[in-house]
Amino acid sequence: MSIAAISLPRFSRRVLPGFGLSLGFTLAYLGLIVLIPLGAAFIKAAGLSWADFLTAVASPRVLASYRVSFGISLLAALVNGVFGGILAWVLVRYTFPGRRVVDALVDLPFALPTAVAGIALAAIYSKNGWAGQWLEPLWVGTVHRLAGWIPWVDWQGWLGKTIAFDRAGIFLALTFVGLPFVVRTLQPVLAELEPELEEAAATLGANRWQTMTRVILPELMPALITGFALAFARALGEYGSVVFIAGNMPMHSEITPLLIITKLEQYDYRGATAIAVVMLVTSFVLLLLINLLQKWSRRYYRV
Amino acid sequence: MSASAPPFLSTKRAPIRVSGPRVIRNPVWVRWLFMTLALLFVGCFLVLPLAAVFTEALRKGFGPFFAAFTDPDMLSALRLTLLTAAIAVPANLVFGVAAAWCIAKFDFRGKSLLITLIDLPFAVSPVISGLIYVLVFGLQGWLGPYLGAGDHPWFGEWLNAQDIRIIFAVPGIVLATIFVTFPFVARELIPLMQAQGNDEEYAALTLGATGWQTFWRVTVPNIRWGLFYGVILCNARAMGEFGAVSVVSGHIRGVTNTMPLHIEILYNEYNFVAAFAVSSLLALLALVTLLLKTLVEWRAQKGLT
Repeated sequence: MSIAAISLPRFSRRVLPGFGLSLGFTLAYLGLIVLIPLGAAFIKAAGLSWADFLTAVASPRVLASYRVSFGISLLAALVNGVFGGILAWVLVRYTFPGRRVVDALVDLPFALPTAVAGIALAAIYSKNGWAGQWLEPLWVGTVHRLAGWIPWVDWQGWLGKTIAFDRAGIFLALTFVGLPFVVRTLQPVLAELEPELEEAAATLGANRWQTMTRVILPELMPALITGFALAFARALGEYGSVVFIAGNMPMHSEITPLLIITKLEQYDYRGATAIAVVMLVTSFVLLLLINLLQKWSRRYYRV
Repeated sequence: MSASAPPFLSTKRAPIRVSGPRVIRNPVWVRWLFMTLALLFVGCFLVLPLAAVFTEALRKGFGPFFAAFTDPDMLSALRLTLLTAAIAVPANLVFGVAAAWCIAKFDFRGKSLLITLIDLPFAVSPVISGLIYVLVFGLQGWLGPYLGAGDHPWFGEWLNAQDIRIIFAVPGIVLATIFVTFPFVARELIPLMQAQGNDEEYAALTLGATGWQTFWRVTVPNIRWGLFYGVILCNARAMGEFGAVSVVSGHIRGVTNTMPLHIEILYNEYNFVAAFAVSSLLALLALVTLLLKTLVEWRAQKGLT
């Protein structure tokens, strides 16, 4: 792809040895492991006619899977934005017994294999599970009541019938995998927030609520949005934890990565590749946005 | 930890200010609300799943729990997982050091592009990471016809005689794992080596050390904790990867099943105790990873202060 864009060095002016060797090895390894295989997906998709490509990426079942994947990933990232923000605040500002354990546990979704997370969440939130036995009747009741109050909305279609093995289960799994991102991007920024800022706001007559919403929150915004975008991007591609708890009903609780696997298992390589290319382009755009966000926030925090 | 914690336990990211001036403190009820919400969130999403893995595994006592580990399929899954990690982690370790060396020690055009490209695998869905290798090496892919029988019978026969298969075989699993764990070591080392600068290496060279001597005796000791940190994260992901491996594995019991894939099979057979028993081993690995990670962070901060 863009290997040619990296100019070759002027060896004579470098004091440290090993530039040619290390750069050459890096580029070769990067090319072989990442760029050529990724290129294969694009070349395979380019072999499709435009009409074939469109039928592959815009059939009703695929469109339904985008709605499920994007919608629930967005919701999970939003919840992570709010609760991750509160968790980061608590971890930086407050002392309580076990704070260090909680702080270390935040990285659990990075370290725990997704399949393990998936079956564990399914066990907890299913009808007989620890949390599911309390939450499921509550959830079913709420959906019924909503349907009674506002009958023209298809509540069961939107919210699903149960928690585990339905849309709510996908939400739980995607919230789990995105949990560390907001906390970890926010923590260093919160820690470096100067108390003088809050003191100044207080001296100028702001009450605590005004200081929180008008002084602290804007200061945290770039990091918060970056963490949100990272959690969203991660949730979009997640597969392992979701399949165990989603129920995987076509048109209702089927995520896009699962649809790619389904197509592959039916030997529909072209269909799978076409959807994969749509997902790849989406995640590259997200990656670009995240990079811009990080550049913006770095400039923002230096001033 | 209390405010009087020994200095080596204090982290740089936590200047705690509960006892600051009253004007910059939240009211008590807000503090309690925040703490409750945060701990509820952690409890529902982190503590409960972790506890569930171990209780479900031991639901029927220790007998069935340990029986899960004597299953030959489980043992072969364990062997394959260890083998995969034993190839993928060193490969990405060498790559990470090489990439960090050229990026942190030298200036060249296109450097930020290179850094972005190294991060690319993190942005790719695990399922797609597996798919791209199927496209390259699968029977319908670029190299597929040369690797199977099909259009080139005698060449294929030769390869079959040598027993070379990539997709639905161990090499595919290793390649997909290398892809998903690609950035871990490089990502840890690049900022670390950039922050350390080149001065010590210059000094070593001036004093007559060769390039390799400088690398082994000066650079490596300086980056060893970052290296260790990257390796444990890379290892945890390599042993736990599910999506990418699932696409390229073919799920042949006892042959191309890694531990996460074995969990899926057991779970789908309603053999929950065994599924959670195998899971508990991986959960234990995750806990050890988190513990080591925390220790390395403490150590790094101790070194800084």
